[in-house]
Amino acid sequence: MNLFVDALFLQAGYNAALVAIGAGLLGFAAGASGTFPFLRKRALIADAVAHATLPGVGLAFVVMVGFGGDGRNLVGLIAGSAVTAWIGLLLIEWISRRTRLAEDAAIGAVLGVFFGVGIVLLTVIQTMSAGRQAGLESFLLGSTAGMLFQDATVIAIGGSLAVLLTWLMRRPMTLVAFDSDYAAALGYDVRRIDLLMMGLVMAVAVIGLKLVGLILIVAMLIIPAVAARFWTDRSTSMIWIAGGIGGASGYLGAVLSASAPAMPTGPIIVLVAAAIFMFSLLLAPDRGVLAALFRHRGFQTRVHRRQGLLALAARHPIREAYTLRLLAREGLVRPDGVPTDAGRAQAAKVTRDERRWDVAREIYQDAGLTGRYDGLTPIEDVFTADEIAEFDRQLGPPVTVRGD
Amino acid sequence: MSAIVGPNGAGKSTLLKAALGIIPRLSGEVHVFGETIRNARARIAYVPQSASVDWDFPTTVLDVVQMGLYRKVGLLGRLSGQARVQAHECLERVGLEDFANRQIGQLSGGQQQRVFLARALAQDADLFLLDEPFAGVDAATERAIIGVLKLLKDDGKTVVAVHHNLATVRDYFDHVFLINVRRIAEGPVETTFTTDNLHAAYGGRLAATHLTELAVIDGAR
Repeated sequence: MNLFVDALFLQAGYNAALVAIGAGLLGFAAGASGTFPFLRKRALIADAVAHATLPGVGLAFVVMVGFGGDGRNLVGLIAGSAVTAWIGLLLIEWISRRTRLAEDAAIGAVLGVFFGVGIVLLTVIQTMSAGRQAGLESFLLGSTAGMLFQDATVIAIGGSLAVLLTWLMRRPMTLVAFDSDYAAALGYDVRRIDLLMMGLVMAVAVIGLKLVGLILIVAMLIIPAVAARFWTDRSTSMIWIAGGIGGASGYLGAVLSASAPAMPTGPIIVLVAAAIFMFSLLLAPDRGVLAALFRHRGFQTRVHRRQGLLALAARHPIREAYTLRLLAREGLVRPDGVPTDAGRAQAAKVTRDERRWDVAREIYQDAGLTGRYDGLTPIEDVFTADEIAEFDRQLGPPVTVRGD
Repeated sequence: MSAIVGPNGAGKSTLLKAALGIIPRLSGEVHVFGETIRNARARIAYVPQSASVDWDFPTTVLDVVQMGLYRKVGLLGRLSGQARVQAHECLERVGLEDFANRQIGQLSGGQQQRVFLARALAQDADLFLLDEPFAGVDAATERAIIGVLKLLKDDGKTVVAVHHNLATVRDYFDHVFLINVRRIAEGPVETTFTTDNLHAAYGGRLAATHLTELAVIDGAR
């Protein structure tokens, strides 16, 4: 526990602090730049792009060793992985545009083939004698051991650029994600904007490779955006909320994994993000599951109450037990189903409101106002007192509900 | 006001999309107001079919209308208070001013169509291209939309709509373009929207009852 608190406040050693800050920054960048691919329903392309980095890692290693350099130079490996990821992205785009294959087939093919080639390359490299190849396989699942200040700097610079570009291009990207036909009609180059959107994803994926690994990086790109969707109805706010969720998961995940021995950082980060997603799914106002349950419950109650009162007014017996209990609890009926005075008054009011709505519909045939009639919204919420008085004038004297 | 009329699969929507460059065209040049489509784009507003987008998208009614201003504002420009006022005015013209801050998924189908129309109005264009603006909307919305379109016409704007309800072509439009893969006929409604031309466009697919109905209108003229 102490170790956790220490790690939380960056007191658990230089490496742990570096990893926590790096993971936090990476999480923020991933969350922010994953927002639009998620909204464009391109989450799986992000996964394919991440997998397509692997052959690049292998090839860059071979090339760098071949030129007599250090095969594990991070910038070199990132450049290599970016090249094959970009090729993979273009291939997916080309296959789904030029052939009859659907996009999901193109994604599956590219993901599998590139990943396969990458694994073969890594295996071949393992048998090479030159170039200190140990550690390359950590690009699969990520590793925090021996993270350097240089690595954190790469994440900080690359991540900031990705966030900045996402922010600058938020309008075209919103437009393309929401209504690409309209974007094209306005003269935006939809294909280029799509490529930029996925290019940002690719950039975040390659800088995050070493820390989180290429298999799980897609989770950092997409889960924060999915979770953020529960908290807002504006795409621009979603960028920042997703960034915040991603940053928090990155930081917390790194801290958690530092506070227990031999805990893998990447998977823990993803699990933290998933926990935030679950929390959002259940508890978010409006879009959360609990909020929906409450809304449904309230709706049910109002329907039962109103139907019960209308039945009283029409002097039909109420057979539904829930309705009876509801009305009895409010003191509108006696336990045997006979309406009380209060119940008769309420029933008369509900019936009258029904007839007021009829008149309202005749008067305001076109307006959005009568569109709000759902049988449950009180008429007083929609029309002003003098308007209701006018309906009453046309309706004539009020009816009474007898109860014997 | 012109209608593009033809049976399903005749290429009505495709014609609009190809003209706007949304889908690649095989051949031909598109000229609008005597200019190439590239140079005339700012003067064209497009209203896609409302079924074509995901209405659960996180954006509000006002945001969607402001999309019509994106080109004018540019990439880095701020959407000023004036833009907001302008967007509100456009919503008012389609009767949705009370819905500005709703998430778009909370609207009915007809209201969604009105939002798209408001977005096109915000562009302040000279040519309006609408893809089945009356598909799946209620009678009140149809009246509201046609009212807005007629006002546009009175303002000297050009309105071209893909339309599939043959019964209302005469009431709504001045000019008609009959198409079934190839062009069948084109001209003022009075001289072009005839039983013969409809037969040519629809062939056996036009229900006999429909033909008699239209023929009656023909005879009444």
